[in-house]
Amino acid sequence: MANVKTHTFDAVIVGAGGAGLMAALYASKNANVAVLSKLYPTRSHTGAAQGGVGAALGNMEEDRWEWHAFDTVKGSDYLADQDAVDILCQDAIEVVIELEHMGLPFDRFPNGRISQRRFGGHTNNETKKPVMRACHAADRTGHMILQTLYQQCIKQKVNFFDEFHVVDLIRVGDSIRGVVAIEIATGEFHIFHSKAVMFATGGWGRCWQVTSNAHSLTGDGAAICLRRGIPMQDMEFFQFHPTGIFKLGILITEGVRGEGGVLINGKGERFMEKYAPTIKDLASRDVVSRAIYLEIQAGNGIDGKNYVHLDIRPETVNHYFAKDGETRRITREDIEAKLPDIADFTRTYLGVDPVKDPMPIQPTAHYAMGGIPTDVEGRVILDAAKKVLPGLYAAGEAACVSVHGANRLGTNSLTDLVVFGRRAGKDMAAFCQQANLLPLPANAADEVIAEFERIRHNQGSAKMFEVRNRMQTTMTEGVSVFRTKETVSASIAELKKLRVAYQDVGVQDKGKVFNSELLEAWELGCLLELAEVTAVSALTRQESRGGHARDDFPDRDDVNWLKHTLCHKVGEGEYKLDYKPVTLGRYEPKPRVY
Amino acid sequence: MQVNLRIRRFNPEKDQKAWWGEYTLSDALPTDTVLDLLHRVKWEMDGTLALRRSCAHGVCGSDAVRINGANALACKTLVQRLSGGNGSATIQVEPILGLRVIKDLIVDMEPFMEHYRSVLPYFINDSPPPADGRERLQSAEDRARFDDTTKCILCACCTTSCPSFWANEKYVGPAAIVQAHRFIYDSRDEGAAERLAVVGDTFGVWRCRTNFNCTSACPRDIEVTKAIAEVKKVLATGEI
Repeated sequence: MANVKTHTFDAVIVGAGGAGLMAALYASKNANVAVLSKLYPTRSHTGAAQGGVGAALGNMEEDRWEWHAFDTVKGSDYLADQDAVDILCQDAIEVVIELEHMGLPFDRFPNGRISQRRFGGHTNNETKKPVMRACHAADRTGHMILQTLYQQCIKQKVNFFDEFHVVDLIRVGDSIRGVVAIEIATGEFHIFHSKAVMFATGGWGRCWQVTSNAHSLTGDGAAICLRRGIPMQDMEFFQFHPTGIFKLGILITEGVRGEGGVLINGKGERFMEKYAPTIKDLASRDVVSRAIYLEIQAGNGIDGKNYVHLDIRPETVNHYFAKDGETRRITREDIEAKLPDIADFTRTYLGVDPVKDPMPIQPTAHYAMGGIPTDVEGRVILDAAKKVLPGLYAAGEAACVSVHGANRLGTNSLTDLVVFGRRAGKDMAAFCQQANLLPLPANAADEVIAEFERIRHNQGSAKMFEVRNRMQTTMTEGVSVFRTKETVSASIAELKKLRVAYQDVGVQDKGKVFNSELLEAWELGCLLELAEVTAVSALTRQESRGGHARDDFPDRDDVNWLKHTLCHKVGEGEYKLDYKPVTLGRYEPKPRVY
Repeated sequence: MQVNLRIRRFNPEKDQKAWWGEYTLSDALPTDTVLDLLHRVKWEMDGTLALRRSCAHGVCGSDAVRINGANALACKTLVQRLSGGNGSATIQVEPILGLRVIKDLIVDMEPFMEHYRSVLPYFINDSPPPADGRERLQSAEDRARFDDTTKCILCACCTTSCPSFWANEKYVGPAAIVQAHRFIYDSRDEGAAERLAVVGDTFGVWRCRTNFNCTSACPRDIEVTKAIAEVKKVLATGEI
């Protein structure tokens, strides 16, 4: 096509959050790299991460990377690959120090070292007590990571293409030739011809109605890979963070509970004592989210409604500290200093002042444990035999290494971004140094251009937002914290109808400049496919593990299900499931008790 | 409640000049944000409406607009704060001022980003890090010294509310000075002299007339005018 502009680089990184920027810093040292993002990089959702980045620095009390690894494996309900977890927890220490050397303004302990706090599921393996492992900068740690990495990219003069929306991957057999992108400001299509491509495009929380995720988190990179023959791994494992602001889903960091906050039901009980007697409110997220659902089901929501309270008021917290025999106490000033953004959110959106009133919360769709399967260097793999597709990389939430298995520990998302973003960036540069630039196929952009023209000129009567609402409702009803064969099957039936309805979605905006309606319609197509893959994967796994809780199969089944799901797209709405063994290591699967 | 929404519209592919689009939402909630209303217009009434948005809770900085004459993030402005108290509200939404309008509420951010980049907005310290391979030390007090200016999300609410910036777009503007402050006051940073040369120049801090528009506009509650004053003080006294 004559009107498609072509650019040539060694490598293209899609997405400019923590993983993409970390990869860019490393890859661009030894290769000619372009970073493409549909947003300005500093708008990426890494910036919304709050509580901390996990690393066993041991700055205040003894800690070891092996303990971090055990907690991660246990948190994952033993589905994580233990070789990858070892790398995560060892590299974490080095990378956090590196971030500090890049200028990241971590909070400090009185001795001048990086401040650390407690977080769910992070323990001293010997005493079983919570350990201070979350390195933090107030409650905007992700913001600081995103800003610091972007600043370093400016210093290093990384090539950015801001507001370029990548919509296709150019794959010829088992080689990568580049991507197709739309320049949002002009509506023009561009081809980025390259030896290597990395997807660091984040998650797809927008499949659900109540989510902590940004509007832009529509799973574009994962959906593009799925359409280009790459399977999706472990999609049934999607994390519901226990503490989203009621109805809005805005995240309230686990750091609130790390600082002593407690969950209280409608009877005024600290109900986590029942579900996790040892670490109570700091149990893993899947455990806490299920506990909240069970409380609500039992009629123990606040005023019988579908929410509970998160209480960080000093009088409440200090009461429970005293009861638990802890010496520490918190003050109103501590809350303002350590959790300023949380206080701002609840004051702005709820009119609730967390130093005076408890916060109404409910679980919120938060994080994709699954995604594009990769090895520990970020190289995308194609099958259960771990065959690598040379030149294709993924990192961050879009990817599945897998270090999070069936349930991610708090703080490990930021750790994952920087650790595997860095490894993937290094490996991609090395790949580019030995690989040749292979020719572009003819008309490489035609297929995706045709799809956009189809949507642009569609005369159908289906409304985009109605189709999206129906998808979000059906996922929330059927593929949520708890699921059964019946709920998931009903969701799949509805998603199949929505896939048909999607073909009738048209747009009013026929123009080129900033046609965000057209892009949103295309994004909805991505969400619908990922929702279906999630539901299909969830229906087949007949056990409960981590974020996948089947009421009809309440127990974990290591004999049959200690394995990763790989879901291949084999036709429109047709999927084939395959399974890949879990890499075990020094931690044998055991019952999971907190 | 009823909201009468007036949105400044401009489509470069159709319009010679900007115009006001008027939309009535009869069932808005007091707790709806302005972003919720803009989304309803876009999704239910007129799909051609163009705006930037992402996180929808005030941390990404995409949806800076001018609401009833004052800069704010659409996702952090609740209808109840704008209501006349009689069960209805009239809300006017325009693009932020001083940057070229591309379409509807979307402006060209490049001049703003260029000012940002001009102050060397990155950590500079060429001394070797500690030999033990660990972090550089910093006291909690030294860290607190620049905490406020680390909160910036580059939304441009401050710079595009500044009359000095409206008067002369070459002025680096409050946001860039906030970024300079974040590094100048960081005890670990060694680039203060280079940054001060930029912000001390003709189009730097002395263009600030301390009218506090920036401080009022900041959705992150950064004391922008104070930060600018602190940079001025360093330039005047040579002491950080």
